Amino acid sequence: MSQQIIKEILPKDLLAETIHLKNEGYRLVAITCTNKKTKDEETSVEKDEMELSYSFDKDYDLINLRFSVCADDEIESVSLLYSYAFLYENEIKELFGVSIKDISLDFNNTLYKIPVKAPFHTQKEDK
Amino acid sequence: MSILSMTKTLFKSIAHGPYTVLYPIKKKDSFDRTRGKVAIEISECIYCSMCQRRCPTGAIKVDKANQSWSIERLQCIQCSYCTEVCPKKCLHMDNQYTAPSFAGVRDEFVNARIPDNKENN
Amino acid sequence: MGKRTVIPFGPQHPVLPEPIHLDLVLEDEVVVEAIPQIGYVHRGLEKLVEKKDYQQYTYVAERICGICSFMHGMGYCQTIESIMNVEIPERAKFLRTIWAELSRMHSHTLWLGLLADAFGFESLFMHSWRIREKILDIFEETTGGRVIFSVCDVGGVRKDISAETLKKIDKIMDELEKEFKEITDVFFNDASVKSRTVGVGVLSKQAAHDLGAVGPMARASGIESDMRSQGYAAYGKLDFKPIVETAGDCYARTSVRMKEIYQSIDLVKQCIAIIPEGDIKVKVTGNPNGEYFTRIEQPRGEVVYYAKANGTKYLDRVRVRTPTFANIPPLLETLKGCALADVPILVVTIDPCISCTER
Repeated sequence: MSQQIIKEILPKDLLAETIHLKNEGYRLVAITCTNKKTKDEETSVEKDEMELSYSFDKDYDLINLRFSVCADDEIESVSLLYSYAFLYENEIKELFGVSIKDISLDFNNTLYKIPVKAPFHTQKEDK
Repeated sequence: MSILSMTKTLFKSIAHGPYTVLYPIKKKDSFDRTRGKVAIEISECIYCSMCQRRCPTGAIKVDKANQSWSIERLQCIQCSYCTEVCPKKCLHMDNQYTAPSFAGVRDEFVNARIPDNKENN
Repeated sequence: MGKRTVIPFGPQHPVLPEPIHLDLVLEDEVVVEAIPQIGYVHRGLEKLVEKKDYQQYTYVAERICGICSFMHGMGYCQTIESIMNVEIPERAKFLRTIWAELSRMHSHTLWLGLLADAFGFESLFMHSWRIREKILDIFEETTGGRVIFSVCDVGGVRKDISAETLKKIDKIMDELEKEFKEITDVFFNDASVKSRTVGVGVLSKQAAHDLGAVGPMARASGIESDMRSQGYAAYGKLDFKPIVETAGDCYARTSVRMKEIYQSIDLVKQCIAIIPEGDIKVKVTGNPNGEYFTRIEQPRGEVVYYAKANGTKYLDRVRVRTPTFANIPPLLETLKGCALADVPILVVTIDPCISCTER
């Protein structure tokens, strides 16, 4: 099977890394978001975070850029470089409530028209 | 550039007649493995509830006290997971599908054996 | 500068198998821009991982879509098997490949029928679907269901195919090849089909790369990219080369898909010739822990599965990125500059499977 690399970066380096990968000829495959609950060891405070993975591919090699954000952090959109990223970012914005600014075609939470706000981010109350 | 490339197929289908089956007057035969609906041999069942735990939709309900096993026909997705996990192998897939209906259909099977009747057991 | 009007296309339209809405901005019968809107069949299936354990979720993953149902089940099972480091038996890999290639054939035949229906050639549509019935009969005989097979499981497959059934499938493949020849001759050569598809909706190679096209849409524009070359399941042992055309118009996309049908018939026959004996399933115990990305070639293109597990029997996250989701931006690009009467044909050439897109 081909390569699969996961690279941890900081949120502010996202655009720089994306420009670098685009110049090498990579194409954006998918943007994934996962809920992550971490417990800070010293203070025992539970942090509710979301982990974003941007996957790029060239000649069957997969590179994933990964970083974590909190619910109120804002991140930049990559739709200036990859114009089709607007679909993935609108979906993540609507389902998880991550704030992404400057998307080239912004639906403003009307892509799926779900009545509940950020349904995938709310915690599981009952099994 | 041809404009009459379909003529051979058209003449063949005129000569053959209809390819469709006149359902419901004539029914199509089903195969051996067709997953129609779940059937149970209630006399072998030991009411262990493995099928209830494994059912992905929760269609099966097992009641040990009343010796009954029931299935909600319209919730069953015919995946046959219950037939694989049954320890006594009393569940199998029947070829015929459940008839369509408007409301929920709950089929209940109760063990009708009387334990004292030794000659007929 | 003509007068601009906005015409809504969908969600109900005779060519669409599933609902999607496009707002077309027209200037005197020529489309200038298109704005999509999806969300009519959103079921939130990715949230069901919280309620179904990882083995029951196979049945949910299969039901994401009716046409590409087996590949969804296979991709999900492959992801979980990679996380748990389970090696499935060789015979199971070959059986999965046979069913996957038959799925590809039935999906492309369905699509050919829809394309013929889109430009009004009803009898060709009916004949394509008549040939498809033979493939569905093979499915019912070997797995028990025509559309949803329920035959893939974490650890292998649940049903075996006997040697005589395999010989029968081999003979049916030969008959199908003859029948397909009659139908595809019409698609390749008929003047009415050519006048509706040649030169319509051209997507250049650079545009296809910049917009992230996948599957037959990218291969018809000259990009050679097919996930089966990675060698998952039994593809590593089969002789296979991706089919590429360079024209980039609707005729090229149609011919890529038709040539893929012939390639699938050939791959099924290769599999039947070299399938080994052995077990079909490996017992899987314990819970998965870790994460993994898997990419598979569905009939419509490249699909990405991501699963994250944390050691309990409920998974943390399952994400499916389907090919139609990636092909919508190229569709919006090809719509610019086409006539209003070509819009249904262009929407059908990306092979829209909207229930996959929205899960």
